[in-house]
Amino acid sequence: MDLSSHFQILTSQLIPLYLIGGAALFALGLYALVVRRHLVLKVLALNVMGSGVFMVLLALAARGGAQPDAVPHALVLTGIVVAVSATAFALALILRVKAVTGRAYLPERNGDDPA
Amino acid sequence: MFATGLDWAAWAVAVPLVGALLAGLLPRLGPVLGLVFSLLTALAVAGAVMAVWHEGPVRAGLGGWDVPLGIALSLDGLAALMLAMTAVVGLAVSIYALGYLHSSQTRGKFWTLWLWLWASMNALFLSGDVFNIYVTLELVGLAAVALTALSGGAAALGAAMRYLLVSLLGSLAYLMGVALLYGGYGVLDLAALGAAMEPDKVSRLAAVLMTVGLLMKTALFPLHVWLPPAHGSAPAPVSAVLSALVVKASFYLILRLWLDVFPALTVPGFELFMGALGAGALLWGSVLALRAARLKQVVAYSTVAQLGYLFLVFPLMAVTPGAWQAVVFFALAHACAKATVFLAAGSLQQAAGHDRLAQLGAVMRKEPVTVFAFGIAGASLVGLPLTGGFIAKWLLVDAALQGHAWGWASLVLAGGLLAGGYVFRVLGHAFGRGPVDPDHRPVPAVMVWSTLVLALVSVALGFAGAASLELLALHGGQT
Repeated sequence: MDLSSHFQILTSQLIPLYLIGGAALFALGLYALVVRRHLVLKVLALNVMGSGVFMVLLALAARGGAQPDAVPHALVLTGIVVAVSATAFALALILRVKAVTGRAYLPERNGDDPA
Repeated sequence: MFATGLDWAAWAVAVPLVGALLAGLLPRLGPVLGLVFSLLTALAVAGAVMAVWHEGPVRAGLGGWDVPLGIALSLDGLAALMLAMTAVVGLAVSIYALGYLHSSQTRGKFWTLWLWLWASMNALFLSGDVFNIYVTLELVGLAAVALTALSGGAAALGAAMRYLLVSLLGSLAYLMGVALLYGGYGVLDLAALGAAMEPDKVSRLAAVLMTVGLLMKTALFPLHVWLPPAHGSAPAPVSAVLSALVVKASFYLILRLWLDVFPALTVPGFELFMGALGAGALLWGSVLALRAARLKQVVAYSTVAQLGYLFLVFPLMAVTPGAWQAVVFFALAHACAKATVFLAAGSLQQAAGHDRLAQLGAVMRKEPVTVFAFGIAGASLVGLPLTGGFIAKWLLVDAALQGHAWGWASLVLAGGLLAGGYVFRVLGHAFGRGPVDPDHRPVPAVMVWSTLVLALVSVALGFAGAASLELLALHGGQT
């Protein structure tokens, strides 16, 4: 066997690891989004979740063997563009929240309070 | 090649996008550009709706690249009705905003963001593949959040921030679902996915992730907590658009997915669960609307309640397959009525300088036309005869009774009674005796009359039930 087929076998064995890793990142990000209170940490948590989704997509792209599937790659690229714009917007909004309220946290709210 | 219907539909996306760019480059001309491009967008949408009406549903690959390589645009009766709903409400909101934003510095940004939001929503309704839907979903979400933050106050910024986090979380859950679907089937096209769907574990997980993500954005009880502060603290034209259209966009996707892609995945009890959440929304939202102290909060909680009706689509479809058409007509009636109510509330708030319900009577007595518009739209929310809301509830009850689902039928009627409670709670203040507000600021005529015209659309909808259902029957689409 030549080097590239060794490499192929190695990648195919790594795919489940990438899938599990992606799912773990998604779950970790979700946990941090709920638990962390500082807004920058919440935005970072969303970015970690996004990386989890991208990792799952990359693992799916590698399943074809020698010829990786280009469609998930295109999805990840588009996803990164969306994530960058959303993050930039979120950070700008955090700056405004901090400037107006003096704190980079969500306003206190106890569930439904119609008053 | 594009069919004629899709030509119109492509214009319905391109025109507001160009308008948004121009309004961003030339902020001084914002109002003029906003009005011109709103009219042109409505024109393109009218063309698309007429094309579907006469030639039936159409699908095509963008730029001549066909599925699976290209991105499909799909225009059928459901998409056309959503485009029409957005155009009618959008046009009224644009005209209203000419008066509302007159003294505000936020004017230039408003037109860019609003036309951008309009373009994104039109693109969302026309998308034929799950990933393109993700992109449009994010565009809608970001534009909606930016509009919420427009007034720049602490309350609005906090509400916008919460809305943004919920919206991004919802999109990511949806995207994870898209990844799983692609992993399972190797296609992204809605029709191709629907044809290949197998009830296995991965598909179910994808369906759950996508549905929950979209439920967050639709603010279905108990995921609604972000909605009232966001819709209540935004400027009135924005509140109208958010409550009438933006939450419907994500509901449209839930409906589209469960009609065309996931029907093979339903498990016993699923429709009951969704119906129970809808019932919870209806009851809890109404109770809070009855207790809220500020006018815009009443209207925002009323949205939480009325969104509950939309999710009766699941239990009703289980007994009467055509029931989704009744629910879509309900969404249409609610969009017109809720936008009117928010616009009227904005006029009253501007006239009074506040929106504390207990002290609004004096201003309401000075603004009979606005209160009249509020009354008509309120009647549509309650479901009184001669309004679109009446026909919508009639269709819902009819669908429930056809399937002998007495419980759901009585829930629809009970929801109407509760809506009557909070609508008349507001209107009651107009009929009390008392002084007229001395500090009252007159409401610009363009705001008064655009609100009234939109209220009259709610009445016109009372006579458009048959036509809407005929349009909705044009489902699916051929290449």
